[in-house]
Amino acid sequence: MGRWPKPPEGSWTEHYPELGTGPISFEDSVSPEFYELEREAIFKRAWLNVGRVEDVPRSGSYFTKELVVARTSVIVVRDGEGAIRAFHNICRHRGNKLVWSDFPREETQGFCRQFTCKYHGWRYGLDGSLAFVQQEGEFFDLDKPSLGLKPVHCDVWAGFIFVNLAEVPRETLREFLGPMVTGLDGYPFGEMTERYDFVGDNNSNWKLFADAFQEYYHVPALHPQQVPPAVRNPGAGFECAHFQIDGPHRVVSTAGARRWTLAPEHMYPIEVATRSGMVGPWHTPGEGPLPPGANPGRVEPFGISNFQIFPNVEILVYEGWYIWYRYWPTSPSTHRFEGTLGFYPATTVRERIEHEVASVMFKEFALQDAGMLGGTQTALEMSPVKEFPLGDQEVLVRHFHKVVGDWVDAYHRERGEAGP
Amino acid sequence: MSTTARLPEEFSDLEPFAETWCLATEDERFERRTTSSMEEMQAFYECFFPRLEEAIEYCDKHPLDRLPQDVQQLLLLIYSLIMVAMSVEIFRQPRAVDAADAVLVRTKDPRP
Repeated sequence: MGRWPKPPEGSWTEHYPELGTGPISFEDSVSPEFYELEREAIFKRAWLNVGRVEDVPRSGSYFTKELVVARTSVIVVRDGEGAIRAFHNICRHRGNKLVWSDFPREETQGFCRQFTCKYHGWRYGLDGSLAFVQQEGEFFDLDKPSLGLKPVHCDVWAGFIFVNLAEVPRETLREFLGPMVTGLDGYPFGEMTERYDFVGDNNSNWKLFADAFQEYYHVPALHPQQVPPAVRNPGAGFECAHFQIDGPHRVVSTAGARRWTLAPEHMYPIEVATRSGMVGPWHTPGEGPLPPGANPGRVEPFGISNFQIFPNVEILVYEGWYIWYRYWPTSPSTHRFEGTLGFYPATTVRERIEHEVASVMFKEFALQDAGMLGGTQTALEMSPVKEFPLGDQEVLVRHFHKVVGDWVDAYHRERGEAGP
Repeated sequence: MSTTARLPEEFSDLEPFAETWCLATEDERFERRTTSSMEEMQAFYECFFPRLEEAIEYCDKHPLDRLPQDVQQLLLLIYSLIMVAMSVEIFRQPRAVDAADAVLVRTKDPRP
């Protein structure tokens, strides 16, 4: 312990004095009333990352996103000019859900030249304009130009597509992301287009799941199998090299020698045989300097940086591949987890196998988190204890819950109400 | 979904495992693994793992986008060995330790 220098205040937590050092409550993760407030105060006001540009590769490519927490569905489409737009997924005629495939509540994707409503056949252009009304002459004073699809604010950063459901977003996407997150500009996300996508419906509040991915303190206890038994130390801890906060967003970086530079007993046989594993392929085509913002603490030797973009996105950047998480609330005690691994497209069978190994191992340890956090949720819902201590390694958990609370408080203040 | 296509001649000794473990999707491989016994997986692992690097090299002689049918079958067998290694090498049980009832579905991946 004590391998990595802490800020002059003596701890990462005290470096950000607004966080305090006292115990915190997880009532925000079990209370149905608080969940109702999060819908309005957070998910209808923050920029939300709903996809990537590769999801809409050409004019006419679209996907739908069910934003259950905000009680809406959006269509994201690349229009005829190549711009990416978003609309509420509702026909202006009788309010039918405009785009869906087999079941209205399920997300879909595809390619089209126009959107056609299944109900009465109204059609809309890729720019959202109302293009065709069946038996138009039967309507009264129909003002077609004003009956286009209702737009949703949409913008793109580093290939990540964001929407904002507010009538008027308070900040542009770039302002919202701030200098720390946009320090990732230049990271080659757009070249890492070979994707392994995962979806899981988890029995935990979205924040409790996110909490497990913004600290590494839990890793030796919950994931001891990440270290092969021959070199596993039951008393081992985990110390991160750098924590940083910028507005509502967070980053943590780890340090350490690359697994494959250690003696073979530090790896499982499958890792040695395939030259890939827990921390991804040993070698990737894009090796070279990362943009400085990817390693804001200048950590050497650099391991991984883990950016938490408020409210519900996480991007983990390695040298040569990345992981991207989204936590979509579906109720006070459940969420839908989306996880994606992005690699440089394999050009050989060996490279494809390397990606498969990393993807298989990723799922195993994500399942451990998901399984355990169902237990956290259940216990917190029944808990006679309301306050819980957090260590310095958990500074980002402390910050996350504080920011969520701050956004809910701000929402109350603006409405002239007292806080919860 | 198993298929009747066979493995390359050089790997014909692994043919007894092909019907069980040449599975086209991660979903099927994960399902097969988590419903298999450790004895079944151990047998597959012990026969195939010593030849894994040879199998990778054999597949790697072909361009990724034009793999002959028998090589594709061998690649699927490699994918299953990776899956089975999670149980045999890491967790020593079919499912990840403490994964409880968690489910994570792979919805998109490259082929082959």
